Amino acid sequence: MSTAQKTTYREAVKQAICEALRRDPRVFLMGEDVGHYGGCYAVSKGLLAEFGPERIRDTPLCESGFVGAGIGAALGGMRPIVEVMTVNFSLLALDQIVNTAATLLHMSGGQFNVPIVIRMATGAGKQLAAQHAHSFEGWYAHIPGLRVLAPATLEDARGMLWTALEDPDPVLIFENNTLYNMEGELAENAGPVDIDTARIRRPGRDLTLITYSASLFKCLEAATILAEEGIEAEVIDLRSLRPLDDATYLASIARTHRVLIVDEGWRSGSLSAEISARIMEQAFYDLDLPVERLCSVEVPMPYAKHMEEAALPQVDSIVTTVRRMMHHG
Amino acid sequence: MKGLDKDHAIRQLRQMLLIRRFEEKSAEMYSAMKIRGFLHLYIGEEAVAVGVMAALGPEDAVVATYREHGQALARGMSANSIMAEMYGKVEGCCRGRGGSMHLFDAATRFYGGNAIVGGGLPLAVGLALADSMQDRKRVTSCFFGDGAVAEGDFHEAMNLAALWKLPVLFVCENNLYAMGTALRYTEANQDIAAKGAAYGMAAAAVDGMDVVAVEAAARVAVDHIQAGKGPYLLECRTYRFRPHSMFDTELYRTKEEVEQWKQRDPIELLVGRLTEAGLLTESERAALEHEVAAEVEAAVAFAEAGTWEAVEDLTRFVTTERRA
Repeated sequence: MSTAQKTTYREAVKQAICEALRRDPRVFLMGEDVGHYGGCYAVSKGLLAEFGPERIRDTPLCESGFVGAGIGAALGGMRPIVEVMTVNFSLLALDQIVNTAATLLHMSGGQFNVPIVIRMATGAGKQLAAQHAHSFEGWYAHIPGLRVLAPATLEDARGMLWTALEDPDPVLIFENNTLYNMEGELAENAGPVDIDTARIRRPGRDLTLITYSASLFKCLEAATILAEEGIEAEVIDLRSLRPLDDATYLASIARTHRVLIVDEGWRSGSLSAEISARIMEQAFYDLDLPVERLCSVEVPMPYAKHMEEAALPQVDSIVTTVRRMMHHG
Repeated sequence: MKGLDKDHAIRQLRQMLLIRRFEEKSAEMYSAMKIRGFLHLYIGEEAVAVGVMAALGPEDAVVATYREHGQALARGMSANSIMAEMYGKVEGCCRGRGGSMHLFDAATRFYGGNAIVGGGLPLAVGLALADSMQDRKRVTSCFFGDGAVAEGDFHEAMNLAALWKLPVLFVCENNLYAMGTALRYTEANQDIAAKGAAYGMAAAAVDGMDVVAVEAAARVAVDHIQAGKGPYLLECRTYRFRPHSMFDTELYRTKEEVEQWKQRDPIELLVGRLTEAGLLTESERAALEHEVAAEVEAAVAFAEAGTWEAVEDLTRFVTTERRA
């Protein structure tokens, strides 16, 4: 048994990148301000000195250009980690991600796979307003040909990258920007983790909370409060948004018969809508009451703190919704 | 002069004839409803693909556009596999998943068949970046039209390639129209080669109807790239004799203009030169035509005899199939 060490989410991502760079000469990190600046969220601070400018490659501000170049480099035998500063900026590279990375293998009849990893910060909570703080990971999860990951825990922040780099196809990793400072303990020998399955982060018999990324911790906190009232919520961390691990949450619903989906994305046409539909299709008769969802209010993210908080699912709203659902039946 | 080395010139003439006859047959098969979707013909622009390919080696890469039958044939992909692809047959180069606009071939390092205008340029930069980081002496050629020059990806890719001194040969096929809108309505500065200077990139413009000139210019560009001097922008001034696609009534240009450009047909230009130099007789040309016609007929027969991929396989090639 190895000893656990105190660390942060940021440090876990950084260690994952360092390990990948040391293990595989084909790996390099590319993006805006990843080198001399040290990364917008300081994830790559210090890496330039260790690995040099070829492998810690600062790019101009041209998301489409450098994401496309990452795709080409992957075709050419490299294993690029492309960092896009925030999910909103990734829309400038949407064409390359959706029209090229996700389609090349198919269009070429299986000849050209694209082993690229694209990381980006996502999510609200830091008063970054309407052009830096949305949650578009659900959009990307719509696209066949992409794999979409949302590491919430330190283990996943540390372990998903290497598994993603070993994947032969494009993998998008969404890091919620409110998690970078999260502290916790991580085994000294923490390493690769699977990127296929959802995890039960807290078992419970009464109701299933399905969530991912930063909302996981709001759900866990809500579950603690609810437990004091005798309500045992089971908390499921999706981890992979595409493909979805249906089996894990369906098995949970078969035990609890009640489900609330907590998703920081907007409600309409969202990932939560997809999960809800799958539950209707596959577990309708397991349900004691309709599937419910807590999503972001459908408004561009406001700047003012109280308004931003009101726009997002919060511990309070989760607790209130679960209480109401439990009194139903 | 290399361009008039007989065997070499005859090979180039044969390639241009093959592209021409292959595409004439493609249009025919389109009307016969054997080929569907969009079909963009290269007729008139053959000298560009043939001239540039002559300057590339087998290890080099090609990134092309949706108007890429010419590049694919000149690169050495078989007429059979391309025709079968356009028929949608599983024997096609992409198993019928791509069609006319998406030809790919790992064996000849042919990376599409990219149908988002400008989208192939960053891809070419990345392929060259991979070569540069792995110390491989290769050139990535990237074909695109004058329409792509207005896209952000053009400028982003030019900047990245020049900034990192990557071995990319950017080949702009300037046929004067972005689909049906003339360059003068879309570009503030219509001198495309001049745009290289904005990125500190070597550039030249060449008569894209003259295969000898295109090859010579491409060789200069490839030498520059192979000497480690960074990327190169080659503007080939050419003209598309046929409509943009099969759904184009050509309201945007006059018949006189098209006829004027046809006077400079790249095939007839080369034939004229060879005949003048005493390197090609009427019967030799007839023999070439005969050979090419047979190859095109064989491609049609191959496509006709091809099979449809099983519908059960529909969801293959979305993600890589792993060995169990």
